[in-house]
Amino acid sequence: MEVSKLLGFLLRRGVKAAVVVLAIVVCNFLLVHAAPGDPASVIAGQSGAADAVFLEQLRRQFGLDQPLHVQLWIYVKSVLSLDLGFSHRQQQAVSLLVLERLPATLLLTGAAFVFAVTLGVTLGALAAQRVGKWADSLITVVALTFYATPLFWVGLMLVLVFSVWLEWLPSFGMSSVGADLHGLAVVWDVAQHLLLPALTLGLFYLAVYARLTRATMLEVADQDFVKTARAKGVPEGRILRSHILRNALLPVITFAGIQAGQLLGGSILVETVFAWPGIGRLAFEALLARDYPVLLGVFFCTSVMVVLFNLVTDLLYAIIDPRVEVAG
Amino acid sequence: MPAFTVKDFWRRYRRNKGAVVGLVVLLLVMLMAATAPWLFPGSPWDMASAPFLPPGEMGMLLGTDSLGRDVAAGIAHGARISLLVGAVSTAAALLVGVTLGAIAGYLGGFADDAIMRFTEFFQTIPSFVLAILLVAIFTPSIGSVVFAIAVVSWPPVARVVRAEFLSLRGREFVQAAEVLGKSRVSIVLTDILPNALSPIVVLSSLMVATAILLESALSFLGLGDPNLMTWGFLIGSGRSVIRLAWWMSVFPGIAIFLTVLALNLVGEGLSDALNPRLARQRGGAA
Repeated sequence: MEVSKLLGFLLRRGVKAAVVVLAIVVCNFLLVHAAPGDPASVIAGQSGAADAVFLEQLRRQFGLDQPLHVQLWIYVKSVLSLDLGFSHRQQQAVSLLVLERLPATLLLTGAAFVFAVTLGVTLGALAAQRVGKWADSLITVVALTFYATPLFWVGLMLVLVFSVWLEWLPSFGMSSVGADLHGLAVVWDVAQHLLLPALTLGLFYLAVYARLTRATMLEVADQDFVKTARAKGVPEGRILRSHILRNALLPVITFAGIQAGQLLGGSILVETVFAWPGIGRLAFEALLARDYPVLLGVFFCTSVMVVLFNLVTDLLYAIIDPRVEVAG
Repeated sequence: MPAFTVKDFWRRYRRNKGAVVGLVVLLLVMLMAATAPWLFPGSPWDMASAPFLPPGEMGMLLGTDSLGRDVAAGIAHGARISLLVGAVSTAAALLVGVTLGAIAGYLGGFADDAIMRFTEFFQTIPSFVLAILLVAIFTPSIGSVVFAIAVVSWPPVARVVRAEFLSLRGREFVQAAEVLGKSRVSIVLTDILPNALSPIVVLSSLMVATAILLESALSFLGLGDPNLMTWGFLIGSGRSVIRLAWWMSVFPGIAIFLTVLALNLVGEGLSDALNPRLARQRGGAA
């Protein structure tokens, strides 16, 4: 692929992404104004902690006495300069709070994603190879089961079995409290804490990817180029790997982009169950305290992450699949 | 509508064994919801026995919670809310999705572009985070929960309906209706929509399932209607005492699982029965 074409493609997608981000900011603004009561108290967080002086200061800062479009302009400007407001509850800037928690969430969702994709694609491929046999039925049943189980309940059941009954794994947090660990011991400690939450978040998507891979593999296996390869005498193993699986992976990539938002949404539940110190847990704490600026900040931040992730999958898709019309 | 009889439909549906099991389970859950006030008279919030009773003790089939409330009563009364929220929010999402999808698919051009951009936007943003934000800002109540679920569930409907309308609007019977001078609204409602119903029906059973999962997740986080007993609330309140009382979170979870699984199975059965040609190749994602 030519570099200039790729750059043009990137630019177009970048503009599209920027429009989406802007729309999210506007969405946040509208939410603040749609909320019952005074926008200033929403911005301050309806925690009862905000005093009259602070509210007055907010009214001036956001121009709440001015026409709506001026207010929108002030709001958009402040968000785009990464000022996501101030949490009166936590006495800290929202952007700092979110940034502080972001790495933990990225670790959790990243681990869950890798687990779900690798195992899901493997299981889906196995199922497609053995259509109609018991292994296929079993994988389909398992996929359907996890598809119908609430994420947070799976987490609780894993805690019950592996932490409470078997006492094999820790049930909350990201690292052992008070343990003085160094080097590899820290990695091992975090890995132990990560296992259950990542499994919980990953199992649902494992089911999704297994079903998706199975369906697309069956579809691809029926196409002419596979029949041609078979007629030419290409060994079955190679047909599977380089003809079928490779083509069946394309929808998986597209789907990964679509699922990014759900993965982040799911992390709110998982982080709540396991007290994982990420932005999901931050959102839950903000929810309990009705700390709206933090909630709005989490919404903005997760949305931006999804937009960025979609940009990456679009690019990946264009690089992998030569049929994709980059100019389009 | 294709020339189906109810008998034909049922014959095709019955061929899918899982779908029949799903239908039976779903009917049982509905029966439980309908009879909850007689099975467990009084409020499910009232103390029924000593706190933290394990299942089976002192006549408490599924045990009691930290305040001595009957878990079984909570599950039976919770079924009403889950089914209600699932059905109403799906109906609302269908209304929005079908309307937007029909306009986009039938009119095409600028309207199509604008509506699809709007739909894409809603599919990009993390829907669960938006649902949380909506319920939190409009204060938790059954109305705001239904509203939030509907807001995040309509985009797939719009896409499916648009695709159906796009392919149907060029067909001869639609052209014939146009030549006869029928109004656009009447063509959309009486000629195209009935022919696009099958995928909408299949999709709606899956949407009810997703809505029930969403509702349970919201009430698990404490965003349910504070006056209504829900499955998610039961699990949420059992979370902190899971070491003491496993039954508090296990049984409501099983109730959610069975209901959602049943709805998924029914959806597959409907899909088999309504699209006989596709039945053989089924197995797609979600």
